[in-house]
Amino acid sequence: MKIETLLVRSGVGRDPSTGSITTPIYQASTFAHPALGQSTGFDYARTANPTRTALEEAIAALEKGEVGAAFASGMAGVMAVLALFKNGDHLIVSEDLYGGTYRVLNEIFSEQGITVSYVNTAHLEQVKDALRPNTKALFIETPTNPMMHVTDLPEAIALAKQHDLLTIIDNTFMSPYYQRPLELGADIVIHSASKYIGGHNDVVAGLVVARCSSLGEKIRFYQNAAGAILGPQDSWLLLRGVKTLALRMEKHNENALKIANWLTAHDLVEKVYYPGLETHPGYEIMKKQATGFGGMISFAVSHPDIVSTLLENVKVITFAESLGGVESLMTFPARQTHADIPEEIRNRVGVTNCLLRLSVGIEHADDLIKDLKEAFDAYQQ
Amino acid sequence: MHTNNNKHRFGTNLIHANTGIDGHFGAVNVPIYQVSTFNQEDETNNGRYDYSRSGNPTREALENTIAQLENGYAGFAFSSGMAAISSVLSIFESGDEILVSHDTYGGTYRVLTRLFSKFGIKTTFVDTTKVEKVEEAITKDTKAIYIESPSNPFLQVTDIKAVASLAKERNVLTIVDNTFLTPYLQQPIDLGVNIVIHSATKYISGHSDVIGGLVVVSDEKLAEEVKFVQNAFGAILGPQDCFLLLRGIKTLKVRLDQQLKTALQFAKWLEEQSLVSRVYYPGLKSHPDHKLISEQANGYGAMISFQVQDEKVARHILQGVKLASIGVSLGAVESILTHPATMSHASIPKEVREEKGITDSLLRLSVGLEEFEDLKQDFNAVFQSLEEKALIK
Repeated sequence: MKIETLLVRSGVGRDPSTGSITTPIYQASTFAHPALGQSTGFDYARTANPTRTALEEAIAALEKGEVGAAFASGMAGVMAVLALFKNGDHLIVSEDLYGGTYRVLNEIFSEQGITVSYVNTAHLEQVKDALRPNTKALFIETPTNPMMHVTDLPEAIALAKQHDLLTIIDNTFMSPYYQRPLELGADIVIHSASKYIGGHNDVVAGLVVARCSSLGEKIRFYQNAAGAILGPQDSWLLLRGVKTLALRMEKHNENALKIANWLTAHDLVEKVYYPGLETHPGYEIMKKQATGFGGMISFAVSHPDIVSTLLENVKVITFAESLGGVESLMTFPARQTHADIPEEIRNRVGVTNCLLRLSVGIEHADDLIKDLKEAFDAYQQ
Repeated sequence: MHTNNNKHRFGTNLIHANTGIDGHFGAVNVPIYQVSTFNQEDETNNGRYDYSRSGNPTREALENTIAQLENGYAGFAFSSGMAAISSVLSIFESGDEILVSHDTYGGTYRVLTRLFSKFGIKTTFVDTTKVEKVEEAITKDTKAIYIESPSNPFLQVTDIKAVASLAKERNVLTIVDNTFLTPYLQQPIDLGVNIVIHSATKYISGHSDVIGGLVVVSDEKLAEEVKFVQNAFGAILGPQDCFLLLRGIKTLKVRLDQQLKTALQFAKWLEEQSLVSRVYYPGLKSHPDHKLISEQANGYGAMISFQVQDEKVARHILQGVKLASIGVSLGAVESILTHPATMSHASIPKEVREEKGITDSLLRLSVGLEEFEDLKQDFNAVFQSLEEKALIK
C-alpha cells in the first residue's frame, strides 16, 4: 500500500461490532475481566487503551516499525527514549536541537549521570571525534530546529552501527510522509505529534516508534511504569489528523518553497534556511533520503529591530510557539523555543536575535507573502 | 495562584472553587481548550499562556481547583497517577533516599525499584504505621517519606501528623498519596504534609472514564520544582481529561457520602460471613487503626479488603459476582472487585508480595453506588452456591 492510502486507513475497521469507520473514543480507565486470569487484551488504560492502541499501531505502520507508543507530549516521548540509558552512559546529540530536549539532557539527565556531547551531526567527522568507549547512542534531528542542518542519514546510521550505537531520529519536521528513518536503518523515531501529525495546533502529544520489538518492549515498559501516556480524546484527534497528512504536507511544502524564494530576494533578509532551496547545503542529501522538504523556514533579518516590527505587524501569520499546523506561525527562537540554551551556544550555532522561524501553513501563498511584505514595509516606513 | 475560599463548606467549594479562568459568554463551566499554542502579543514578554505543555487554561482550572480543595499552594495535573508520582520523584537527585510505606501500590513499587533505582535514587521500605520505625530508618541521605494512608490493599493507617512533624524536625519532606480518601475525607497538608498525590483516575474522576494524576504542594519552592519537571518532562494531562476531572469533582461529596454508607454496611455484613476469614476496613471498630483514622480523617473511605479461605474460594467469588466488575482500578460509581495478587499488585515479585500478606486468597472491593441490598444479594448468591458445592471443608 502507498503511504497516502495507509494514512487514510489509520484507525479504520477496528470496531467490528458496529462497523464504525472511525475508531471509537474509549473514555475508559479500566476494563472488566471475563474471569480471573483472563483479559480482553485491555486491563487498565494506562497500560493500553483501544483508541490509543489504534494510534500506536497506525504510527508504527507509517514509520515501518514494529512498536509504536503514544505519550502526553513530544517531551514525554523524548523522556521515554532517554530512559533507555543509565548512569555512566554517553550520548552524541545534534547541537542545534529543540530547546526542550536540551533542557532535559542538561538539567535532568546530567544529574543522573548521563553525559552528552553536542556536535553538528551534518559533519560526520564531528560525530567520530565525539565517540567514547561508553557512547551508547546517536540522537539526530534532521533537518535541525531551527538551523535546518541536514544529516546524511544512511551515512550516520552506518557509522553508528559500526560502533554499536543506537540511532534515534527526531522526525518531527519531516513526518513519515516525507522521511522514514527506520527504512534507512535507524532504531527509533520520535515525533512531537503536536506538529505535523496532529496538524491543527489542537493537541500536545508525542509518538515513539521502535524498529524492533525488543527496543519497543523497553519503551512500553517505561510508558506503563512512568505513565506519561496520551489520553483517548487526544489519541483520536491524532488519528483524525493523520488522514490528511499527505495533502497538508504537499501544500506546506509548496507554500514554503514560494515563501523561501520570496524571502531570499528581500533586501531586509540576510539569509534564508530552507532545505528545498537548491543553494541549501543539504539540498542533494534531502533529495536522496526524503521525498519532500517540509514547511519549515528559518531566516535571519539584517537588524534585530526588524524582528519586533515583523512580529507586531503580521496579521495572517500568528506570532506563537509550535509549528506544523494548518495555520502559519512565526516564532522567535532565541526568546521562545530555544530560550533554555545559553546565549553563547545560541549565537555560535546561529540562533541569534535576528533569527525568525516560520512554520508555513496551508493558507494561500499569495496571502502569506502579502502579509510578510506589509510587515517588512512597516519597518521600512 | 488561587485565592482560598474558606467561607464556604467543602461541598460548596466543590461546586464553586475559584478556577482562576475568566468565563466567556457567561458559560458556567470552563471551556475545553483543545489547543497546543497561543498567540503572543510581544516578542519580549510571553503572554499568560504560550504553549499548552507549559500551561493550558482548562488544565489550570483543574490545577487551581485541586489546590484549593487540598488547602495547598499550587496544583499540577499529569497524564496518570504514575506520571504524577514519577514527576514528584524526579525532584530528587542521585544519592537521595526515600522512605516508603511498605504496604504500597504495585505501580509505585515498580517505578521506584526498576526505574528510579537506575538513576541512583534509593528506596527503603518501612512500616510507616509505626512512627518509631520511621525514626530509626531516617539516615543522612533521607530526603522524603512517602506514605499511603490508608494503605493499599490492607487499609493500614499512618499517623500522618506524627510522621510529618518528625520529618520536619529532620528536614525531610512528607509526601502522602491521598487517593483512597480524597480531600473530602482527609487533608494531609493541614496535617503538616508537603506534597499530596492523587491517582485522579479513582475518586476524583469517579466514573472509570479518565486516567489522570494530580499533585498539590504546600509552598512556593516546591511549586517551582514540580512545575519545572511538569514542563520539562511533559507528562501533562490533556484538556478533555482535565474537563472530565473538573466535572467529576462536582459530585465528589455526594458520591462519597453514599459510598461510605454502603461500604460500612457491606464491611459489617462481610464480617458475619463464615466464608470470610478477615475484613480490612478502617471504619470497623475491630480495625486496629479505627481510633487513629477517626481522629485524622472525616471518614473511612469505601475500599474494603477481605481474606477468604483459599485461592479456590477467591476464584469462585471473582467468577460468580455479577454486579461488581472484575478489574483493576477503584473509586468509581461502579463497584470493582480486584484480586490484588494477580492484578493491582502483580508488579511486585511473588516472594515480596507474600511477605506483605498479599496472598491469592485476598480480595479488594471498591464499593460503588449500587444499592447495598443488591450488592449483598449478589455476593450472598455466590457464597451460597459455594456452600452448596461443598467446596468448604
